[in-house]
Amino acid sequence: MEKKLLLGDEAIALGAINAGLSGVYAYPGTPSTEITEFIQGNALALERGVHSRWCTNEKTAMEAALGMSYAGKRALVCMKHVGMNVCADAFVNSAVTGVNGGLIVLAADDPSMHSSQNEQDSRFYGKFAMIPIFEPSTQQEAYDMVSDAFDLSERLKLPVLMRVVTRLAHSRAAVAISEPKEENAFSPDNDRTHWVLLPANARRQYLSLVEKQTEIEQASEESSYNQISNLGEGTGKLGVIACGIAYNYVREARPTNAEVLKLSQYPMPVDKIRQLASDCSSILVVEDGQPVVEELVRTVVGADYPIEGRLTGKLPRTGELNPDNVAKALGKEPSAAFAAAENVVGRPPALCQGCGHRDVYNALNKVAAEYPDARIFGDIGCYTLGALPPFRSIDSCVDMGASITMAKGAADAGVYPAIAVIGDSTFTHSGMTGLLDAVNDKANITIIISDNLTTAMTGGQDSAGTNKFEAICLGLGVEPAHVRVVVPLPKNMEEITNTIREEINYKGVSVIIPRRECLRTLARKSRNK
Amino acid sequence: MKKDIILSGVGGQGILSIATVIGEAATECGVNLKQAEVHGMSQRGGDVQSNLRLSTEEIYSDLIPQGQADIIISMEPMEALRYLPYINKESWVITSSNTFINIPNYPEESKLFNEISTIPHVVQLPIEDLAKEHKIHKSANMILLGMAAPYIEILSAEQLRKAIATIFARKGEKVVEDNLKAFDLGLKGI
Repeated sequence: MEKKLLLGDEAIALGAINAGLSGVYAYPGTPSTEITEFIQGNALALERGVHSRWCTNEKTAMEAALGMSYAGKRALVCMKHVGMNVCADAFVNSAVTGVNGGLIVLAADDPSMHSSQNEQDSRFYGKFAMIPIFEPSTQQEAYDMVSDAFDLSERLKLPVLMRVVTRLAHSRAAVAISEPKEENAFSPDNDRTHWVLLPANARRQYLSLVEKQTEIEQASEESSYNQISNLGEGTGKLGVIACGIAYNYVREARPTNAEVLKLSQYPMPVDKIRQLASDCSSILVVEDGQPVVEELVRTVVGADYPIEGRLTGKLPRTGELNPDNVAKALGKEPSAAFAAAENVVGRPPALCQGCGHRDVYNALNKVAAEYPDARIFGDIGCYTLGALPPFRSIDSCVDMGASITMAKGAADAGVYPAIAVIGDSTFTHSGMTGLLDAVNDKANITIIISDNLTTAMTGGQDSAGTNKFEAICLGLGVEPAHVRVVVPLPKNMEEITNTIREEINYKGVSVIIPRRECLRTLARKSRNK
Repeated sequence: MKKDIILSGVGGQGILSIATVIGEAATECGVNLKQAEVHGMSQRGGDVQSNLRLSTEEIYSDLIPQGQADIIISMEPMEALRYLPYINKESWVITSSNTFINIPNYPEESKLFNEISTIPHVVQLPIEDLAKEHKIHKSANMILLGMAAPYIEILSAEQLRKAIATIFARKGEKVVEDNLKAFDLGLKGI
């Protein structure tokens, strides 16, 4: 069998293609971006015409994938963990409608927040929507699971959630590749009662989802991904539940006498957990992210049974797992030859030299200095780095699109000038609806759409609104005189600062669009020429 | 046999290309490999690292436990020091001696190099200067790989050379030539 060196993300992508995928739908987000990028560049996917164009946000992605499933085809939706919040409405209801073609929702969680705003654990979403969850421990398992997850999705007629973490998504290993399967035949669902979620239908569908739970639990109980094994020898065994990638860290620690339940498919296999509990005198739960299983295990083995994990302090409550904190939880003391070096300081990331966002912040800082009450509401992207020295420009950064709506709310409360800074891709992801609110309310805010013609932070993917921003703003009702375009270059500093001043002084919604291509995208284009 | 390697540097210095070359050589030779990378925000001029594990046995963790790295290969001296807790007294540190200063509080260089000299096994060269001098300024990272080659052991220098030729082939002959020249310079320790 052919072997390929693949990132976890790439293993998922190739697994999906070879399982007969017809479409991937996604918005870029670290650490999930490489899945869609791999499919975009794969020869078989191109030959088959597998849909892989980027979507405007995770909600449009989820809904389009559901549509493809409706038509009988296999579809994949990919996102970073916080994308689950954006698509939650469609996601939860897709479990109520059920699916036709297999549907996998892939959430890439980012414990330790390498490139994120929180550590939310997507497994909660799977439980919330009452659907099966897969959590691979290795790149090979990720590859194999995709095919099994599609099969299970089609057998149960439900979407399935696949959860990975940064360390699997962005780690490479050799993967054995199977022969590609054919795509599903085109076969749109004819049963409207599944899909029209009027209350009468929804009640019936929801009941059917509840009734499927036994079958979903049975699938976990029988899953080859959930296995009990003995590591080391000896008596007085320690029970360990190792979820997904945690299993690798447990094996790395080479425990001397442990009975380990490797847990990679949910809901939790209750019988296997009972068996583990009866074989051992205590259980350590090792899971990356939040203590989802640790809380649930208590309901299975009873409040008196000794359970350890992140909640009891045996493992750190926050941050990702690593071989060191897992070894320590298993009673192995680290052997450190060297302490941390003295002459090392942090090296935070920064905006690239020559980047247009730099000129935007230089101009904003200049003007804001003239208005002591000015507040600048930031957003998600490279330009979030404007929070760091030397700029220290922005007062907030919360979630995709929040710059515009927070500026509006703050302006409603009397903040002036209230300025929003948002990138082009973030604006089309989640800023447009907020702009409509602001226009309808005649909010006194100044919005800067810093347009670098790409989704830069995640590596330069196409941006959904390129060449459309003026039209979008005018269409949403911004006054034509107050949609202004500038070119962010140091030589234009006077024009930019004057424009910002004028628009701050205008009592209403104004949009300034500093537009200059991302240097990295530009460099890549010229290299590929 | 196993070799656990930490590759480190500053975003944009090309540590992932070093990882790609080693990965290609390992795959060709049937050596097991796991390689955890950093993508995303820190690639914007922040500190970046990659954990590269090579072994003839099964590899479990994608990350290297503290004290178990056999080699640090670093494009920048302070970035080499950052991973000190990951090595032991037998480990080798292969680093560029050219500093990359993009922060206001970079440590005093004499103190930095003094601390590096307390590590038992260190190989350092001013690779950026060498790359400029030999007019292969885009191949500094391959000089570093050449310097590290004798210590990787589980893969031979010849296997790494072959991997360089394969990896850079799509970028044209000149790029392959420059990178091989860089690798050989590092290997000779010039």
